[in-house]
Amino acid sequence: MADASINMADLSAKHTSPETGRRTKARHRAEKRLKAYGILAIALAAGALITLMYTIAVKAISVTNEHYISLEVPLEASKRQMKLLTDGNPKTVANFERGPLRDAIMDAARYEGSKRKAKPLTELLATYEGYTLGEIVEQNQDLFGSSYHFEALMSDHVQLYYKGQFGRPIEAGTDGSMTITPGETEGEVVVDHQTNAFMAARAALRDDRALEGRNARRSANDQARAAEETQAKLAATTDAAERERLTAALAQFETRRDELIAIADGALTEATDTGNVFTLREDDPSVFIRAEKGWIKVTELGPETSRGVVVDPLAATGEVTAGQWKALMMVTPEAERQLNDRQVLWLENFEREDRLVTHFNWRALLGTDSAEAEYAGIWGALVGSFWTMMVTFMLVFPLGVMASIYLEEFAPKNRLTNFIEVNINNLAAVPSIVFGLLGLTILLSGVSLFGIDLFDGLLKAFLDDPRSTPLAGGVVLALMSLPTIIIAARASIKAVPPSIRDAALGLGASRLQTSMHHVLPLAMPGILTGSIIAMAQALGETAPLIIIGMNSFIQDVPGDPLEKANVLPSLIYLWNNNSERLFDGKTAVAIAVLLLFLILMNALAVVLRKRFERRW
Amino acid sequence: MLPLTVLGIAILALASFVVARSRAVIAADGSLASLHSRPSYHGLFALLCVFIAGYGVYLVVNTIGSSYVGSTLRSALAEIDPTLTGLKAETALSDARAIATGGVASAQDALRERLAEIFTSANTNRIWATSIISLLAALGAAAWAIGKVSPKFRARNKAENILRGALLTAALVAIITTFAIFLSLIGETLNFFSKIDWQVHKFLFGLTWSPLSGVHTGELSADKVGAVPLFLGTAMITLIAMAVAIPIGLFAAIYLSEFASPRVRATAKPMLEILAGVPTVVYGFFAATTVAPFMVGIGDSIGVGVEAESALAAGVVMGIMIIPFISSLSDDVINAVPQTLRDGSYGLGATKAETVTKVVLPAALPGIVSAALLGVSRAVGETMIVVMAVGQSANLTFNPLDKVTTVTVQITMLILGDTEADTAAGPAYTLGFALFVATLALNVMALRVVRKYRLKYD
Repeated sequence: MADASINMADLSAKHTSPETGRRTKARHRAEKRLKAYGILAIALAAGALITLMYTIAVKAISVTNEHYISLEVPLEASKRQMKLLTDGNPKTVANFERGPLRDAIMDAARYEGSKRKAKPLTELLATYEGYTLGEIVEQNQDLFGSSYHFEALMSDHVQLYYKGQFGRPIEAGTDGSMTITPGETEGEVVVDHQTNAFMAARAALRDDRALEGRNARRSANDQARAAEETQAKLAATTDAAERERLTAALAQFETRRDELIAIADGALTEATDTGNVFTLREDDPSVFIRAEKGWIKVTELGPETSRGVVVDPLAATGEVTAGQWKALMMVTPEAERQLNDRQVLWLENFEREDRLVTHFNWRALLGTDSAEAEYAGIWGALVGSFWTMMVTFMLVFPLGVMASIYLEEFAPKNRLTNFIEVNINNLAAVPSIVFGLLGLTILLSGVSLFGIDLFDGLLKAFLDDPRSTPLAGGVVLALMSLPTIIIAARASIKAVPPSIRDAALGLGASRLQTSMHHVLPLAMPGILTGSIIAMAQALGETAPLIIIGMNSFIQDVPGDPLEKANVLPSLIYLWNNNSERLFDGKTAVAIAVLLLFLILMNALAVVLRKRFERRW
Repeated sequence: MLPLTVLGIAILALASFVVARSRAVIAADGSLASLHSRPSYHGLFALLCVFIAGYGVYLVVNTIGSSYVGSTLRSALAEIDPTLTGLKAETALSDARAIATGGVASAQDALRERLAEIFTSANTNRIWATSIISLLAALGAAAWAIGKVSPKFRARNKAENILRGALLTAALVAIITTFAIFLSLIGETLNFFSKIDWQVHKFLFGLTWSPLSGVHTGELSADKVGAVPLFLGTAMITLIAMAVAIPIGLFAAIYLSEFASPRVRATAKPMLEILAGVPTVVYGFFAATTVAPFMVGIGDSIGVGVEAESALAAGVVMGIMIIPFISSLSDDVINAVPQTLRDGSYGLGATKAETVTKVVLPAALPGIVSAALLGVSRAVGETMIVVMAVGQSANLTFNPLDKVTTVTVQITMLILGDTEADTAAGPAYTLGFALFVATLALNVMALRVVRKYRLKYD
């Protein structure tokens, strides 16, 4: 056996040589590397999926609750008010919040200013609450003459505030006792307190000032550099006009530099000086003191003496013992919040008086679309999606099954069959937006060629205005998912063994009978599985539907496929475009519901496949 | 009236089934064996005849009728007030329909009232014509089919031929759809090209895209419809997407088919399937609200200006979307490589990795290339991610951190925009046509790669 030219000893020496060992190790490293790449790839994909799901879950969870304020609304039995409330005109009903609802919240806030200026207070309520209340009393007119307990939805900004969008007030100090003395003018007070009473607030302000100083210094350096460059240019230029221009520029740079240096020095001194008295500006955090049943907004924060303005009247002045007061700080500056200091303090008061109520946010699920984020819900779009899917399924399922039976059981091998197959494969890869354009012309607006109208939109024969209807959307989605269903159905028809057909044909059944009575029932589980997966794809499809107008603002729940409607994906698109921040969370809710349905449908497909699919 | 007609035809069809069936029983005269077809087939034949005649005529007459109503209205409008054209005329017409059907009209005046009257009379004509003609057709078909019943009549063969025809028609829908797509795109495209005096090269190679700039004067300048910025933006985003999707998808497929234990496979495959099932609008939301701000943040921290609507964010998210597509297609082709090739390689002493890179991948390469081409075709046609995460500014740039726009974004924005449908449709449909052709070409290419280079092992 052994060839004379191969010396086995040499060979085995080669195999055990250090060089071979190294090579083997390198080869094994390459193997590990490839494996690591594979694991990394899967980890990246999993990471992307987890991040996606996580961000959506976090956003959706942020709107699981909505916040209400419970109010006692005085409903006088005056004729004017009764008329205002019950004449059914939405406008006057909406104006209701200038009436009793405003009185109620003013009462709750113990607001004593002019009614006209109460806007910051009524703004805490959601836009249509007056209307909501109006509808309630319209149906129960015997409520007049009493005070009605009403839980009013708060505005979207308040909702966001309670999600922590602008930060929540944090404790800024409670240590020691303090003395409050009225200052020179009314409303201003001087507060004497212990040295470390406002440690947290002072630390935050120091950090702020230090950052400001550093930034100003950096800008000052930039200006200085620009000044130097200008100086150099000035020295090199002889042209009079140019010199004049440069001199002016130089002067400007230098002034700006000096200004910035002054700002930087000021800010840095404030940051380092432990005895500094901070003057609170609009872009600083806000600091409040709660004492004697009132609120003081701090305007100057010193180490031992501070000044402030009374926001809510104090019951008394003078000495406040330790534990009888507390300080709060809103880190987000007032200028960057959509709720000002006054509004934040009102909310604090309401919370202290247990007026705030939270409920599970059914409205996000069962409400319909609204221009105001706090009212918007997905129900209308969900129903629209349901009708669209119904139309799609009713069209595509019979069509797909019939086409697959023809292609698998009857089609002769000829050019036409070949052409049909090529078409099906190509259709499966046509971008969805092109199907949108197809629907827009063929179904809705009609086709014209070289200026000659060939035909009107096909659906106009059934509907005066088929735009935005689930019928139109369903037809487009049906055409789009036809190839998917045909491919799935053909595969499962093909899987039915020929012996079944032979047996049926042998007993005298026609080919149609064979297909309908024997092949189709056996292939049905597979066809259904494929159809459900195709429906799941269609449910998430957006582009063709917004092209045919299913992204309009529709507040009604469609009662049938002929009424204008939205679908869930187009609602997601619509809300995502809206700048109101609260829509972000509601969009996530819509996505979560959509994903839930997709997962349910896919799970159903898996169950069907596992339970009914036969293998021959 | 029309729903009643639809119902009437259905009832007629059922009735003729019953009548034809019982007539067949009578004709058999006690011995069913004397019939060529069983009585039910006679019934079925009659039912199908009524069905086809009734609904066929209904659809044809109704479609012609609605065209007739439309043209009557339009010519009436042209007669009453020839100055009204374009959008105003369309509004007047739809208002007239709304007034006539009790809907909400945007305005009400003598013209609209008059048009509404004309509409009502034309529409009544349409409804009556449709109902009467289709019911008559159905009745005629019923009488004819029932008259045909006799022991010798080959009802089963006839009925099955009709049904087979129906099956063929269903299969033809695919061809009809392709044709309809072509038809719906070509009209506006030719219209658009004729407006720019057939300077097609200016559309294909021009560098400035601003098709609505001359909208107020009603002029369309051939110099403002250069689509290169859109093609470039699309190409850039596609490139980024493929740079993400191909390596990750391919390595994931290799690992899953060659290295992974059944348990890892059982968790990783469904994970990829979920990724594939996420709707694109969700990816768009993810790109716009999470990935883009994240990239802007990173850019800020390292001192690079990243636009909020950069090509990078959209491209990366699109890449994530295409990962499962590439991985499942590659998985299929890798699994299709016969085990004997691997065994041969192992027999020669190759490691698993060497087998994969030197034997399996080259054998699977045509399939992988075709998968990549299909992935490109999906990326090019993808709409929602780019609509939500990329802007509309048609910049001519090669910087992936800049704002770009794509073909699909422009189509969507032109169609959804406030501009009159007439003006916006031209460029939109032309872009749609270009997109259709491009994806079709990519598909054909993908198929040809597989056909031409696939190795046959049997």
